[in-house]
Amino acid sequence: MKTAAPPTRSSLKTDQLFVNLGPQHPSTHGVLRVGLTIEGEVIVKAEPDIGFLHRGVEKLAEIRTYAQEVVLSDRLDYCSAMTNNLAYCLAVERLIGAQAPPRADALRVIHCELNRIASHLILLGTYGIDIGAFTPFLHAFREREMVLDLFEMSSGARLTYNYIRIGGVMRDASADWAAKAREFLAYFKPRLDDYDELLSYNPIFLDRTKGVGVIPAKKAVSWGLSGPNLRASGVAYDVRKCEPHCGYEKYPFKIVLGHAGDCFDRYHCRVREMREAVKIISAALDGLPEGEVLAKVPKVLKPAPGEAYAHVEGSRGDLGVYVVSDGTASPYRLHVRAPSFVNLAILQELFVGQRIADAIAILGSLDIVLGEVDR
Amino acid sequence: MILKGRAWPTELWDDPWKLPRYRRGARMLAGLSLGALAAAVGVGELGPWLKFADAELAFASAALGLPDEAVDAAWILVKVAAVVAVFVAAPVVIVWWERKISAHMQSRFGPMRTGGFHGWLQTVADGIKLLLKENITPAQADSWVHRLAPAVALVPALVCFAPVSFGQALCAADIDIGTLYVFAMAGVSVMGIMMAGWGSGNKYSLLGGLRSAAQLVSYELPRTFSVVPVIMFAGSLNLTRIVAAQQDYWFGFLPKWFIFYPVVGQLAFVLFLIASVAETNRTPFDIPEAESELVSGFHTEYSGIKFSLFFMAEYGYMLLSCFLLATFFLGGGSAPLPFLKFIPSWAWFFGKSTLLIFCFLWFRWTFPRLRVDRLMDFNWKFLLPWSFANIAFAGLCLLF
Repeated sequence: MKTAAPPTRSSLKTDQLFVNLGPQHPSTHGVLRVGLTIEGEVIVKAEPDIGFLHRGVEKLAEIRTYAQEVVLSDRLDYCSAMTNNLAYCLAVERLIGAQAPPRADALRVIHCELNRIASHLILLGTYGIDIGAFTPFLHAFREREMVLDLFEMSSGARLTYNYIRIGGVMRDASADWAAKAREFLAYFKPRLDDYDELLSYNPIFLDRTKGVGVIPAKKAVSWGLSGPNLRASGVAYDVRKCEPHCGYEKYPFKIVLGHAGDCFDRYHCRVREMREAVKIISAALDGLPEGEVLAKVPKVLKPAPGEAYAHVEGSRGDLGVYVVSDGTASPYRLHVRAPSFVNLAILQELFVGQRIADAIAILGSLDIVLGEVDR
Repeated sequence: MILKGRAWPTELWDDPWKLPRYRRGARMLAGLSLGALAAAVGVGELGPWLKFADAELAFASAALGLPDEAVDAAWILVKVAAVVAVFVAAPVVIVWWERKISAHMQSRFGPMRTGGFHGWLQTVADGIKLLLKENITPAQADSWVHRLAPAVALVPALVCFAPVSFGQALCAADIDIGTLYVFAMAGVSVMGIMMAGWGSGNKYSLLGGLRSAAQLVSYELPRTFSVVPVIMFAGSLNLTRIVAAQQDYWFGFLPKWFIFYPVVGQLAFVLFLIASVAETNRTPFDIPEAESELVSGFHTEYSGIKFSLFFMAEYGYMLLSCFLLATFFLGGGSAPLPFLKFIPSWAWFFGKSTLLIFCFLWFRWTFPRLRVDRLMDFNWKFLLPWSFANIAFAGLCLLF
């Protein structure tokens, strides 16, 4: 009698499995759906599916006045609403040929950098959760809370600030506020070392992120990445240095660069960027000029027909706003170059061949905000 | 100023001892621990009490003319009830404690309202909530397998507590193959988890179930092998005898606990601790239920009472691991210094276990999660070889 041969790998019938990662999943950071085709734990194909948070912000802008549009820009990248405000206001200022007064410029820089800290803290915390460490999340949020308190004092809001206005900022910051901001900086600087000790240099964390999801510099440029994701690959591109706005050229800071372009570099670039942000804020607070904070701009803007483009270094990358005017009170067309949207595209290439655990690490390290992706 | 009345950490942490509520909390903690200790000393060893109760029971049954088997049966029921009580009550306390500890590690308070004192009733309330929830079986699920799985996971965990020696003469089943029995029974729970993964009809559950099958079966090996030196030194598989072998002191002060055996003891302890954390699916080895990857792994589709059974099994295994660590390496109920013998053995045993449980919680709220393949590498290429080497060291120690 012939005994049956034991099953070998080739004789076993294996099947690929289709898994929906999202839109309701703990680590898609919003309503992103990625259709994963997996073989065992290894991803064969990944299809990002976006649009769950589409609110038609760009279309809405066409029936609103220029001043009303600032409110909409808050809702794009809700983790760093200040830079969104700034990008939009700079574009409109360029369109009407206005210039914000120096004190307003300094306040804009301070608020944007504070917002960068708040935004990177969200990444730090949620990235820890993606990797499985829960504690850094609440430590990061404790510090973010202080930034939000500062914003509440200056703008009255904690998430959607509407603080930066066309021609300047909404309200002057008092001396008390500056003192409170300094108190925060003094408290925050040593916390950055704490994060490094607790999370960044943890052997398990390093093991999970080093050499995972590597994006070489060339690939990063060809996919149009920007912000920390690009700088992690070693490309020194930062709008604050390359095309300084709001007087960024006056402040001492370095472009933070990674070399490997892996998940750890993308994560750690952001941690080190917070240090640079602290430097910028203290310099700006020290040299805060006196004077007006809002230039004289008409209440209802009717710019001459034309177009303008302005971009700033948002927390997630090169954030650009393109405005076209047809001479009426609302823009003919508004377009936002959302860094998250562009950064997300590389996902389909990066995911292939990775394990599910690594895919989560990669997705987290790209730091996308779906409000900005879907607009 | 808007910020009036909102405290920043800078104001809170300047000098915590200046805060009255911080001092009050410290006083309260010290009072509670000293009170518990005093109560333990007052009650004394539980062994004599049990002997007394046994004698009374025998006397009463003889007076009623009942056969001896009736006394034995009644006595077994009492033991089962006691073990089940520990098994059910412990998770309630541990979960509350875990919430408080994790909260304080993350600069929050944790539950503060339910029950008045620091939310001590929170877990009870949550337990009631889980009991009252709708019992959902997904349409896609393999209904029988899905429903049976929590029981298959829980019962072995419960049964494992039988041979554990909670103190002098405090053991539900004093069996000679105790160690072997515990590991054999604990291994059965993998079936429950695999059944849950397969029977839920959910892809994430399936992945979680497969992951956990691989993980639990792998880590069983170093866990068992790391105990072999202890068995060699004690010369017995009986948990009570293993504890008895650690009662004495070297030079009159250093306890003869296995953790103090040079090199071999410490290595075995570390190996067993790591493997135990992995066996209980806790961070950094919580890969089967990796929340950020697999939603909740094998128990994604479980809710209500079925979920709470899995939950109890997990905490039961954690408790068991701590009991075993205390038994194998920390001398069970023996006092660390000769003059501390006035504190009863069961208090020492629970004290040591509590300390170990704290370590488990500490790991969970500090470490990130390993990746599946690294987890396997770590087991097969690090833990297992070292546990073998440790057996060889132990052999050499016994030879010379």
